[in-house]
Amino acid sequence: MTELVKSSGNPLMDSIRSFARSFGLPRLIIAGFLLLLFIMAPFVGANFFTQLSNTLNRFSWNAILVLSMVPMIHSGCGLNFGLPLGIIAGLLGGTIAIELGITGAASFWMAILLATPFAVVFGIVYGFLLNKIKGGEMMIATYVGFSIVSFMCIMWLLLPYSSPNMIWGYAGKGLRTTISLEGYYIGALANFLQINIGHLSVPTGSLIFFAVMAFFMWAFLHTKTGTAMTAVGSNAEFARSAGINIDRTRMLSVVMSTWLGAVGILVYEQGFGFIQLYMAPFNMALPAVSAILIGGATVNKASITNVIIGTFLFQGIVTMTPTVMNSMIHMDMSEVIRVIASNGMIIYALTRKSEVTR
Amino acid sequence: MDNKKVPLLEMKNVSKSFMANQVLQDINFKLNAGEVLGLVGENGAGKSTLMKILFGMGVIKDTGGYGGDVLINGQKVVFDSPFDALRAGIGMVHQEFSLIPGFTATENIVLNREPQKANVISQVFGERLDTLDRKKMNSIADSSIDKLGVHIDKDMVVNRMPVGHKQFTEIARELSKDNMKILILDEPTAVLTEKEAEALLASIRGMASRGIAVIFITHRLQEILAVCDKVLVMRDGIIVKETPAADTNVSEITKWMVGRSVESGVKAVKAESAASSGNVIMSIKRLWVDMPGETVRDVSLDVYDGEILGIGGLAGQGKLGIPNGVMGLYEAGGTVEFDGQKIDLNNPRKCLDSRLAFVSEDRRGVGLLLDESLEWNISFPAMQIQNKFLKNYLGGMIKWRDDKAIEEVTKKYIDSLQIRCMSSRQKARELSGGNQQKVCLAKAFALEPRFLFVSEPTRGIDVGAKSLVLDALKKFNRENHVTVVMISSELEELRFTCDRIAIVSGGKISGILPASASSEDFGHLMVSNVR
Repeated sequence: MTELVKSSGNPLMDSIRSFARSFGLPRLIIAGFLLLLFIMAPFVGANFFTQLSNTLNRFSWNAILVLSMVPMIHSGCGLNFGLPLGIIAGLLGGTIAIELGITGAASFWMAILLATPFAVVFGIVYGFLLNKIKGGEMMIATYVGFSIVSFMCIMWLLLPYSSPNMIWGYAGKGLRTTISLEGYYIGALANFLQINIGHLSVPTGSLIFFAVMAFFMWAFLHTKTGTAMTAVGSNAEFARSAGINIDRTRMLSVVMSTWLGAVGILVYEQGFGFIQLYMAPFNMALPAVSAILIGGATVNKASITNVIIGTFLFQGIVTMTPTVMNSMIHMDMSEVIRVIASNGMIIYALTRKSEVTR
Repeated sequence: MDNKKVPLLEMKNVSKSFMANQVLQDINFKLNAGEVLGLVGENGAGKSTLMKILFGMGVIKDTGGYGGDVLINGQKVVFDSPFDALRAGIGMVHQEFSLIPGFTATENIVLNREPQKANVISQVFGERLDTLDRKKMNSIADSSIDKLGVHIDKDMVVNRMPVGHKQFTEIARELSKDNMKILILDEPTAVLTEKEAEALLASIRGMASRGIAVIFITHRLQEILAVCDKVLVMRDGIIVKETPAADTNVSEITKWMVGRSVESGVKAVKAESAASSGNVIMSIKRLWVDMPGETVRDVSLDVYDGEILGIGGLAGQGKLGIPNGVMGLYEAGGTVEFDGQKIDLNNPRKCLDSRLAFVSEDRRGVGLLLDESLEWNISFPAMQIQNKFLKNYLGGMIKWRDDKAIEEVTKKYIDSLQIRCMSSRQKARELSGGNQQKVCLAKAFALEPRFLFVSEPTRGIDVGAKSLVLDALKKFNRENHVTVVMISSELEELRFTCDRIAIVSGGKISGILPASASSEDFGHLMVSNVR
């Protein structure tokens, strides 16, 4: 946004310099690495278009989870390490929709509808908590994530689900760790207007859905309330002296983030084809956080562009490394690289935080 | 002053640029031991940059170093870091305090240079575990406080000290260094009361007579004349005048600084008579405010419609607490009636809805969104409170930010307040103090308030910006019929601008006088119930 506008002197040099500064060294390195992978892919026997399709698909699964970081970053609540909370709301929505016996694409919309009240309630409680500990949000958020995942591990067993598609066959109760969405909302978005040309397949529906969500987010940030949210994140005292209710604004951002997390996981599932319960939500927060950071966001500034670039780069690395690297060195490096990339990026961003506030 | 052949400090053709922006050019001057050099200039004239070069601050090196030579005792020196400068006998007291709040004055004065005693453990594990020699520490602190010639309690913890004493502690710390040859004081009197400032000036004289060269930066020109041997006037990165202090006067210096005469502007303001209608527009009764360091205990005050009321008093007596309390930024109690209506305290929104506005003394903390554009800074409160600069869609369901209107209003205020900036999208952080203050004013003006609190509007800004700010306030008051309450530590400024001046002392109003009353009367009120 305004970060890009720095002026004067020689306009050409200026624009190059401001581009380099705004694009950032880590992003350049990762983009370069990804480009290298795409170039190398054909040489190790992978089809370029298959690889591109994979990347696009994974982008469409994850983009909304990454988008869910934006509201909390804007309101100064930091990176949403408590994403599992939103994911749990989504999982509740999805499983209840199946439990109610709704099938096909309708179950996807039903799942969103059912997840919404959970997301709102969770978000309010979570927001209330974060308002009590201003300044330490990210630490607390991490533990909120840990706690809700563990708590739900118990609940998935105890809640009275009875749909035979979801419960353990031998016990007759308790949800399975992985639930197939066959017959339910698998491909609910991805199959809509899907384009298939040779090896290339584009999940048009998912991309459109993300575009709509991203547009709403962009639009929201241009409204009066959205502007107030950004101001609260930028300088809470300033906002307070301008009559903004800081706690309420932060609460709203947390509810939005949580709801987007819920929708995000449902979109992820419809692409992936399975619901994963128990410890699975636990592993969703860090990739989403590092994706938006790779995209160029900082702890208190993020834009839709950051989301798109970051998700594409991160998911590109994740999909490309197994095929290219494995066939080159005959060893499974993908997981290692993903962990290094995501955690390394988070460390980098957190060290940059002090630089920004100074 | 004994004039040796080789000056203690000499700068030859010093220049400095940030990127393509030339901020210093062709700086030449000499400073002898025992001399006091007054350095004056508007904000952004290059004073701080010059001192940063002398003190070896990292920013200079990071941005490509400087041109020209710095000589100490005739020898060329290049400081890579402030530590080198310290070793060479240069001390600097910054505008912002660098003291450890939880330590006593003594501990701060000898910090990291504590005399030590060996003990059993340190015999074994090395000198890092030596015990502090408290006795010696105290004697060092005593002697440096003595040199300072001001009484401060060396056992007092810094965060309990009044601002003035913090300042003295800083100076004492520099004085306690044995090899101290050149002391740079960057606006040391800005936070001091007049009495404290006088004491400081006296101690500067004392230091000079002991052979220490002092570079004294201040916006208070009388102080320069009172204490300096030589005055160096800077404007736009060059030295426009170097003259013995005895040969000049305030108005002359002012003229050199801004390149035009400003004094007349300030005086003219006072000449107009009060346009007060005599109706009470705000009535404050038994107000208390719990603002740390500026506690208001029991203030009752009537403000008349259309006037400019000044609130003065010594630092820490509660004058800043009044606007902060009324506007709901700090916890407050009592009753405040505005235009016949009672105002809820502790609720900023209610005040703003009643068309009150407040320009905070804490520009960077409360006044500005430092990382956002000027457009946002100026339009934000008006947008949030009065729904200005918004386009409504779907029957008002969607309130869309109207960036074009925002840009227009920002440009309007950039023009009318002469805010020096590169564009309306520039970040507030990048402006100088005076221009940031103007942005704060523009923000309040954009609210089109009926009543405006302005707190310390001229703190830390230069003469040129000062008169612009005061003129703008005066104009706003007269032309828009807005009642203004201005809080300031500088009595002279209040007397030039205001119709009536209330003096706060010990958290209470000790008296209200017309601006024409004598300084002695005001002084008397200021100390009447100091706690």
